[in-house]
Amino acid sequence: MIALSRKRVLPGFSLSLGITLLYVSLILLLPMSSLVGQLSTLSWEQYWNIITDPRHIASYKVTVGTALAASLANAVFGLLLAWVLVRYEFPGKRILDALMDLPFALPTAVAGITLATLYSQNGAIGELLAPYGIEVAYTWVGIVLAMAFTSIPFVVRTVQPVLEDLPGQIDEAALTLGASNGYAFRRVIMPHIWPALVTGTGLAFARSLGEYGAVIFIAGNMPYKTEITSLMIAVRLEEYDYAGAAAIASVVLAVSLFLLLAINIWQARFYKRLHGGRG
Amino acid sequence: MRRIGDSPPVRALLIALALVLTALFLVVPLVSIFYQAFASGLGEIWVNLSDEYTWSAITLTLLVTVITVPVNLAFGVFLAWLVTRFSFPGRRILQTLIDIPFAVSPVVAGLLYLLLYGRGGWLGSWLANYDLQLMFAWPGMVLVTVFVTCPFVARELIPLMQAQGSAEEEAAVTLGARGWTLFRRVTLPNIRWALLYGVILTNARAVGEFGGVSVVSGSIRGETNTLPLHVEQLYQDYNTVGAFTSASLLAGLAIVTLVIKAWLEWHTARRSH
Repeated sequence: MIALSRKRVLPGFSLSLGITLLYVSLILLLPMSSLVGQLSTLSWEQYWNIITDPRHIASYKVTVGTALAASLANAVFGLLLAWVLVRYEFPGKRILDALMDLPFALPTAVAGITLATLYSQNGAIGELLAPYGIEVAYTWVGIVLAMAFTSIPFVVRTVQPVLEDLPGQIDEAALTLGASNGYAFRRVIMPHIWPALVTGTGLAFARSLGEYGAVIFIAGNMPYKTEITSLMIAVRLEEYDYAGAAAIASVVLAVSLFLLLAINIWQARFYKRLHGGRG
Repeated sequence: MRRIGDSPPVRALLIALALVLTALFLVVPLVSIFYQAFASGLGEIWVNLSDEYTWSAITLTLLVTVITVPVNLAFGVFLAWLVTRFSFPGRRILQTLIDIPFAVSPVVAGLLYLLLYGRGGWLGSWLANYDLQLMFAWPGMVLVTVFVTCPFVARELIPLMQAQGSAEEEAAVTLGARGWTLFRRVTLPNIRWALLYGVILTNARAVGEFGGVSVVSGSIRGETNTLPLHVEQLYQDYNTVGAFTSASLLAGLAIVTLVIKAWLEWHTARRSH
């Protein structure tokens, strides 16, 4: 409250506070309160029965499992790309850099139909994989692929700036002291970038959990096998089962809020450490 | 100076790996969008583009974007000004709240609005008394798009305005600058590139929003279909060429977005050196 009583030099505090609070209440809090309202029509037992319905449980498993696989794959792929983009000069580098944002710029539904077409059995890539018995479209592999596609920028764009800030001298010091390249990477570079790598992977994971447009076309949406949780909400809505949809949504919302909070706390902790406790 | 991973074979291997994976993973899908659209010739493209449903989808997408972007631009500036120029209790909570649309599935976003403004919702049933229906109509789609894209501008501005600090603005106030003049003459020149970047991201997301609007649109052909929903419908109807023709419009816009973004980054980098 000390901060409130201090005289402010810059104008616009009440105006911006007023507008922000009004906006946040109308756009964010009011709709979220309607979820609580809808849930209050259910008894605990009904609520529990909905969220532990076997088909819904199967969808949680599919969603979490594929999102985990996609974000781990992206941790490796994203680290490689961030490294190559920061450390090396080569023709086409700027195009490669710009391409990293494609999944953010491309509408997810477009990504979805494109991947589904490419990887279906008659598709350009699916056709090549089919003789080896590899099926991507309409299996969980396809879901992983779609999730990985839409979330790759998170890892690249989180690791890239940290890698850029690393002074070249520490490489030299490590190598001069006789460390091998691999050893120096593990013991000198990794300790600096892993908080960013974890943050980026966490963001990719959160995004993958909620991804809808890119996934539903390639998933095949078979009950108990390739249904993701976002789709379950859409299915319940199509049946006008608003309470059911709201119950599943509350699980999704709780998990995403928890992840968001965890990522923010994680970031704040490392920001403090990097800035000598001043953050 | 010696650097880690600088030996020619390691370097060549890593660059090659990055290029091949990106080509397979990103470039092939991008090219195939246009390939699928153009596969049956230009005549077919023309038929699909001049289709009245495609046009109404384009119009609706533009309408949603034209409303969403300025609203979130204004909100983003106010929010960034608030959290970077003043300290007050609840500042951190506010910043976390604003990130919710980032973290939550767009389908959940659509559901939240449906529960509030739909027939069963308390606001929806109140509005129904006045014959106002927001859901399964364009106003609902605008609302959901605003929700989904609300953090983008603020997210670009906050780190920048935090790093710049308020010394310049305080000096201007001491010299007598007030309100709008202060913002226009002192703050805006410092943040304009980040602001533009935020607008570009908001725009791209608003145009491409799918999960959220699909819940509240009702997908009435010619009425409540945005371009991504139109793409979905054509694809489900096995009209592959039609779907990819509309998709290539969206992909073209994505490429324009990437080019503007690269140009903005080049511009900012040049300014800071």
